[in-house]
Amino acid sequence: MALPSLTLLGQSLLSGLFIGALYGLLGLGLSLSWGMLRQINLAHFALAFLGAYLTYQLAGAGMDPLATLAVIVPCFFTLGVLMHWLLARFSVSTFNSLLVSFGLTVIIEALIQWIWTADFRRMESAYGEVKFRIGALYVALPELLTLALAVALSLLVWVWLRHTYTGKAMRAVAEDAPIAAAFGVNVRGLSLVLSGLCAAFAGVAGLCLALSYTLAPGQIYAWLGVVFAAVMLGGLGNPLGPLVAGIVIGVSEALTMAFTAPAWAPLVSFSLLIVVLLARPGRI
Amino acid sequence: MRRRALAGFAAAGLALSAVPFFGLPAFYESFLYLVFHWIVLAVSWNILSGYSGYFSFGHGAFFGAGMYTTATLATKADVPFLWTLPAAALVAAVFGIALGAVVFRLPRLRGELFALLTLAVTFVLATIVLNTSIDGGPGLVLSAVPLPAIGPSPSSTFYLLGLALALATLWIAREIQRSKLGTGLFAIHDDEDVAEVLGVPTYRYKLAAFGLSCGLAGVAGGIQAMFISYVTVGETFSIAVPLYVVLMSVLGGSRHWFGPAVGAAAVTALLYAFTASDYAVAGRAAVGLILILVILFLPEGIFGQAVGALGRRRVSAAPAVDADDLSAATAAAPGKTEGETLLEARGLSKAFRGVQALAEVDLEVRRGEILGLVGPNGSGKSTLINVVSGHFRPDSGRILFEGRDLAALEAHRIARTGVARTYQIPRPFAHLSVLENVALPAMFGRGALPRAEAEREARRWLAFTGLAAKARALPGELNLHQRKFLELARALASRPSLLLLDEVFSGLTHAEIDDAIRLIRAIRAQGATIVFVEHIIRAVMELTDRIVVLSYGRVIAEGDPRAVMREPDVVAAYLGKPHA
Repeated sequence: MALPSLTLLGQSLLSGLFIGALYGLLGLGLSLSWGMLRQINLAHFALAFLGAYLTYQLAGAGMDPLATLAVIVPCFFTLGVLMHWLLARFSVSTFNSLLVSFGLTVIIEALIQWIWTADFRRMESAYGEVKFRIGALYVALPELLTLALAVALSLLVWVWLRHTYTGKAMRAVAEDAPIAAAFGVNVRGLSLVLSGLCAAFAGVAGLCLALSYTLAPGQIYAWLGVVFAAVMLGGLGNPLGPLVAGIVIGVSEALTMAFTAPAWAPLVSFSLLIVVLLARPGRI
Repeated sequence: MRRRALAGFAAAGLALSAVPFFGLPAFYESFLYLVFHWIVLAVSWNILSGYSGYFSFGHGAFFGAGMYTTATLATKADVPFLWTLPAAALVAAVFGIALGAVVFRLPRLRGELFALLTLAVTFVLATIVLNTSIDGGPGLVLSAVPLPAIGPSPSSTFYLLGLALALATLWIAREIQRSKLGTGLFAIHDDEDVAEVLGVPTYRYKLAAFGLSCGLAGVAGGIQAMFISYVTVGETFSIAVPLYVVLMSVLGGSRHWFGPAVGAAAVTALLYAFTASDYAVAGRAAVGLILILVILFLPEGIFGQAVGALGRRRVSAAPAVDADDLSAATAAAPGKTEGETLLEARGLSKAFRGVQALAEVDLEVRRGEILGLVGPNGSGKSTLINVVSGHFRPDSGRILFEGRDLAALEAHRIARTGVARTYQIPRPFAHLSVLENVALPAMFGRGALPRAEAEREARRWLAFTGLAAKARALPGELNLHQRKFLELARALASRPSLLLLDEVFSGLTHAEIDDAIRLIRAIRAQGATIVFVEHIIRAVMELTDRIVVLSYGRVIAEGDPRAVMREPDVVAAYLGKPHA
C-alpha cells in the first residue's frame, strides 16, 4: 500500500467534506421528522431524487438550476404536509411509518422510472463548469453550493428551534405532544409545518444531487445507509447533528478510499452506525 | 390435531410433488419454484420478526450468506450441490446467532433500531464479500456445477427442492407457534420485560428463533444460487429481499405461521403478472401502494384478518370451573413451618446515577406472613420489588430466598424459584387473550406445566379473581379494576411461594378495594407469603402482619403496623418534621 501524496490527501479530505455536507443536507429532514414527529421517513430519499429529476427537467427547459427551487420548494412543502396529514389521520406508529414510507419510496421510484426511464441522466449546467483553485486543490462550484446550503439550512433550523417562540413550541411538541397541546400549542399545525419543511429540505437536497451526480432511479437506495448513519450519529432531532456527523463520515470515507480501495468505503458508515447502535443505543 | 396436520402436510406434499410428472411447462415450474422460494423467506423471517416483533431488515444478509456458501463450496471446493445446503444453513444460522448474541443483550435495540442495525449488517457483509476473495467483484458462476436429477428436468428439480423446503419451513413455523417457544416469543412481542419476569428465558428464545430463521433463509439462498447460477453482490445483498419479505408478511399477517405464505404467494404472483407483461414498473408501484393500503386499513394482514373474523365467530362459552377447587393450588409446600425466614435481604444497594434508591437495606420476610412495604414516593419500595424480581441487578448485597442468592440470577430464573410480582400499572400482554395471559406464567413458572394443564390452572385463577367470563377477551377490553385482578391472576398462576404486589389498590374505588382485600386474604389463606407495597393505609392496616417503612432508600422502622405508624420518624417521613 503506497501512501498517497499530500495533494491527493488534501483533495480527498476536501471531497469528504463536501460529500459529508450532502449527507448532512439529506439527513436534516430525516432527523427532524424522526426525532420530532417520530416518523421514520424512508421516502425522504425518494423525494430528494424526485427533486433532482425535477431540477434536471426544469433546467433542461432553460431554467437556472437555483431558480428551480422557487417551484420545487413550495410543491414539496405541500407534499410533506399531505404526507403527515395521512400518517396522522391513521395514527401510524413509528415502525409502521417506516413501512408506509417504504411503499411510497417504491411508488416514487416507479414514477421516476416511468417518466425518465432507468437510464442515467446528467444535468448540464453552467455551474458544473466553474471551478476554483486553492493552492494545488480544486473546488467545484456545485460542491461549494451544497456545503453552503447545508450549513445555512442547518443553522436556520437550529436558530428557529432554539430562539423563536414557535421553535420552542415545536420542541415541546417533540417532547410530549399532549402536554404541549394542553398548554395551548397547536400540535397539529406545527407538525404539519415541520413535515412540510422536511420535504422541502429533501427538494433542496435534490437540487444538490442533480448538480453533482448522475441520476438513476436505483440510486435512491445507495444513500440510505450512510445518511441513516449520519442521522443517528448526530442525534435524532438535532438540527446540527446530521451535518457534523455527515462530515465526519464523509471525511472518514474519503480517507478510507485514499488509503485502501474505493469499494471499501461503505464499510465506514455502516460500521460507524453499528458501533453507535451497540455502544450508545440510549441516545437514539 | 398434530397427526391430522401432519397428514395434511404429507398429502399436500405428495399432491404437489406429482405436478412435474404431468409434463407441466418449465415456465410454470420455475414460477412455482419462485413462489416456494419467497414462501420460505417470508415464513422464516416471520419466526423471529413476526412472532417476537423484532423486525429484521437483515434477512437478505442471511439469505446472501447461504447463497455465497453454496456458490463458494460448489465452485471452489467441488462439493456436490446438495451437500452445500446444510453448510449454507449452518453458516447463515451461526452468523445470525453470533449477531444476536451481541444485539439481544442490549434491551434498547428493539423496534426500528433493530431493523436499521440488521440492515446495516447486510451492507457491511456485502462490502466484505465484494472486497475479499469470497467474491472479489466479478461474481461467481455456477453453470458448471452439476445439478442432481431429482425431477424429470432441471426446472422440476428446482420445483421439488423448493416445495420440500417450503413445506419444511411451514411445518417448523407451525410447530414453533404452538410450542412453548412460540408462546414465549409472542409474549416478548407484547412486553419483553414482563415476559422475562414471568419466567420466559427471553434471551435464549430470541437466539433460538433467530438461528432457525437465518438457517432456513440460508438454505433458500443456497438453492437460489444454483437456480440463478450467477451470484453477484449487487443482486444478492440488495434491499429487495428484506423489503419484499417484510411486505409479504405484513400483507399476509405476521401473527400466524401461514400468513406470510399467503402474502408471499400473492406478491410473487402480482410481480410476475406485471413482469410478464410490459408493465413491470406499474407492478412495482402497485406493490408499494398495496403495502401502504394494507398498513393503513388491514394492520393484521389479509390472513390475520380472516382468521380473526373466524375466531370471533367461534367464541365458545368457557367451560365451567369450580373456583373452590383450589386446594391443589396452595403454594406452601407441606412440612414447612410458618414463621421461618423465607426471604432475607442483606445490605442491598442500588443507585441510579446520582440517586441512591436503596441504601444497605436489610429485610426479612417470614413464611406465611403479609409484609407491608410503605414509605413516601421515591423511598425505594418499587425499586426493592424490581431488584428482588430480577428486573434490576443490585449494586451490592445479597437476597437469600429459600437458601439461594437471587442477586445474581436472571429474572426468568428467579420466577422459576417461586417469586412472582404484579405491576402497579397493569402490564398485560395486549395481543394475548386473558386466558393466555394467565396460562403463560403457569407454563413458564415454577410448575412448568404443559399447555393444556396450564390453561386449566389459568381458568382456576380466573374464577378465583372473578374474571372467568372474560377468559377469551383481550386485555384492552377490561377496565382498570379487572386489569389489576388480571395482574394478580397472572402472578398467582405460577404458584409462587412469595408474591410481590406493587400498589394493587391504587386507582380502585372504595368498593373495589374491599373486593381486593378479600382476595388477598384468600390468597394468604392458601399459604402464599405476600409482600405488598401500598399507599392506602386502610388496606395496610387491615391486611398486614408486619410493616417495613422505607425512606430515601433506607429502612427507618419495622414491626407491628399500628405501633410503627405512630413512630415519630415515620410520621416525619410522611408529613415532614414539625417546626416548633
